[in-house]
Amino acid sequence: MRTVADDLADSIWKFFSSLKLTIFLLIGLAAVSIIGTVIPQKGSPAFEKYLHSVSVAKFHLYYKLDFFDMYHSWWFTALLGLLCMNLIACSLRRLPRDWKSITSPPMVLDEALERSLPFSKPWKTRYGASEMERKVSEFLGREFAAPHVTRVGKEVHLFAQKGRYGRVGVYVLHLSIIIIFIGVIIGSLFGLETYAEIPEGGSITTVVAGPGDRKIELGYTLRCDSFSVSYYETGVPKEFKSVLSIIEKGRTVVDKSEVIVNRPLTYRGVTFYQSGYSTAGPPSFHFSARERATGSVARVTARQGETVSLPNGDSLKPLEFIPEVRPNFPHASGPAVLAELIPRVGEHQTILLLQRYPDFDSQRGGALAFTFDSVDEAWITGLKVVRDPGVIVVWIGCFLLVGGLITAFFLSNRRIWVRIADGRAVMAGNAGRNQAAFKDFLVKLSDNLKELQ
Amino acid sequence: MSSSNLFNIAALAYLAATVTFFAFLASRNRRVGLGGTMATLFGFVVHTAAIGFRWKETYDLGYGHAPLANLYESVVFFAWAVILIFLLMDARYRVRAAGAFAVLFAFLAMAWAQRRLDSGIEPLLPALQSNWLLYHVITCFLGYAAFAVACGVSIMYLLKARHESTGGNVHAGGAFSLFPAAKVLDELNYRAIMVGFPLLTIGIITGAAWANYAWGTYWSWDPKETWSLIVWFIYAAFLHARITRGWVGKRSAILSIAGFAATIFCYLGVNLLLSGLHSYGAG
Repeated sequence: MRTVADDLADSIWKFFSSLKLTIFLLIGLAAVSIIGTVIPQKGSPAFEKYLHSVSVAKFHLYYKLDFFDMYHSWWFTALLGLLCMNLIACSLRRLPRDWKSITSPPMVLDEALERSLPFSKPWKTRYGASEMERKVSEFLGREFAAPHVTRVGKEVHLFAQKGRYGRVGVYVLHLSIIIIFIGVIIGSLFGLETYAEIPEGGSITTVVAGPGDRKIELGYTLRCDSFSVSYYETGVPKEFKSVLSIIEKGRTVVDKSEVIVNRPLTYRGVTFYQSGYSTAGPPSFHFSARERATGSVARVTARQGETVSLPNGDSLKPLEFIPEVRPNFPHASGPAVLAELIPRVGEHQTILLLQRYPDFDSQRGGALAFTFDSVDEAWITGLKVVRDPGVIVVWIGCFLLVGGLITAFFLSNRRIWVRIADGRAVMAGNAGRNQAAFKDFLVKLSDNLKELQ
Repeated sequence: MSSSNLFNIAALAYLAATVTFFAFLASRNRRVGLGGTMATLFGFVVHTAAIGFRWKETYDLGYGHAPLANLYESVVFFAWAVILIFLLMDARYRVRAAGAFAVLFAFLAMAWAQRRLDSGIEPLLPALQSNWLLYHVITCFLGYAAFAVACGVSIMYLLKARHESTGGNVHAGGAFSLFPAAKVLDELNYRAIMVGFPLLTIGIITGAAWANYAWGTYWSWDPKETWSLIVWFIYAAFLHARITRGWVGKRSAILSIAGFAATIFCYLGVNLLLSGLHSYGAG
């Protein structure tokens, strides 16, 4: 006896396992996802600027709707959750039937089965049933797959199939999406993601992360030996490089590992990514000043913005460091410094010194000829620090996703039945995918079979 | 011979092929159709050589990277991928008539790249210096190309279906009658998306793997990532709709066209209109 509760449970089940819900959710997710690509999200570079431009009313509305962090909002998460439930319910509803069809397919071509198949073709033959069985078996084995034989009374039923696991693909595919979600959840529960800054020569033993900026012990010392930036001649950055060492219990376990973008350093489950840099202060420049009259050379060091006096009483003040001069001076390359020369008497003069061209400044014809020997920049490297135990689960999910997709799309379960009685036979078949192409194949096959008259 | 000249020759070959394919639709002369395929094939060979030359040119400049680093190079590669997918589908399913639209897309892309985009070879930024660049860009663009072909076939479907429903006969429109039957076009649309969807999926996954390697996070809801997911959702909806009654045919075609519109936005719109991490292509 069915109760109201049964009916209700039934309709809830039907709702959650319906394909209409799937299509609605997929199109709905596609549509709402657009919002967060148009409205800058919290933490993105454009967010601050956007906040200043948006009206108060709009801000309150968007804030209430979680539009500034919409991909983590309760309603977006709920939509994803609903999609997962739909996916599980759909799979559970269809699995028993498909599983039975995979493990124990109907071997006997009875009338009901024959009517349900998209292709069937009867023909007359002069051979007896056992003769036909032998001939057709051999034929199917050669042209398609070795058949399974079932005898029912005087009739003989042959069943052959290919790609029997094609139907499994869609379940693997659905499962893989759940696995990916599990990986994401593991990452958000047990993962760590933060940023650490280390000056050259400095080291850290903890990182700050999570709510309340908790201090987390690394369990070892991470040292930044050096940091450098190199440039292409176009002035575009070529490489950001930190040289990192790890010292654990007094022992150097990682010695001067070069970490660049696209080559992070992983130690004990924590990965350090080259992510940014800054300078600890203005750079220092080393110059040589050669007195034209005497040929004597003096070495001077000056920080950017600092004025130093020279042996002849003049002064020099480095103004600006140019890491790559090519964009400004197409015929030169390498680092340069722009400096102000302050003579005891006379006009101040701005001079350009090129590291790769030591003779350049002597062409100026001043009393002192400078060369720009080297620059010390006090860098601070910026490292992204990540520990995500869910990543491996996500990759397993992705792997299964691709495998499931390929199986579901390109491995079609094709089945052929032949029923043989004295003097007549019927061939029928169907395919899980690309029915039309399989039908063409069956027509050709049955034409060949008819020659066994 | 520089790569730029070769790209121009390829573009001209595609233009000739497009004109020939339309002439094929109008004349219904099989020889004309064969001519269109030959012109496409010729253009494709030249196009492939040109990409090879450009690759070599990056080495001559001392950079040495796959020519997939800026907008110009990606548009050129997109056109190449569209032709590749069309030629493969034509070899498999004999869909010469679909060439009218597929090769037209490739020609328009090439013309835009050659006339309007900066074709300078630039060195790779640190974030792009990775082998993942090759895997990620190739899979994504082959996917995009399959969706482009699906979109072309869907446009043909809508034209043909309207023609069939008005009781169209041969006299009413020679071109439409040479389009494959609506049912065939519908099936082709599905086939193209069945090729494109796994490629897009692999493209998104390789992108995530790369992001995890370069930035330490496999997914950050960057506009580019989000739009690729939007495209994925639309085609996932399309594939599920196929097994639901009432969604075959016209609605399928519309969904396929919408999917390609989202694809184009993901590819170009995001870089040109929105801001984010993935702004390399805009240069």
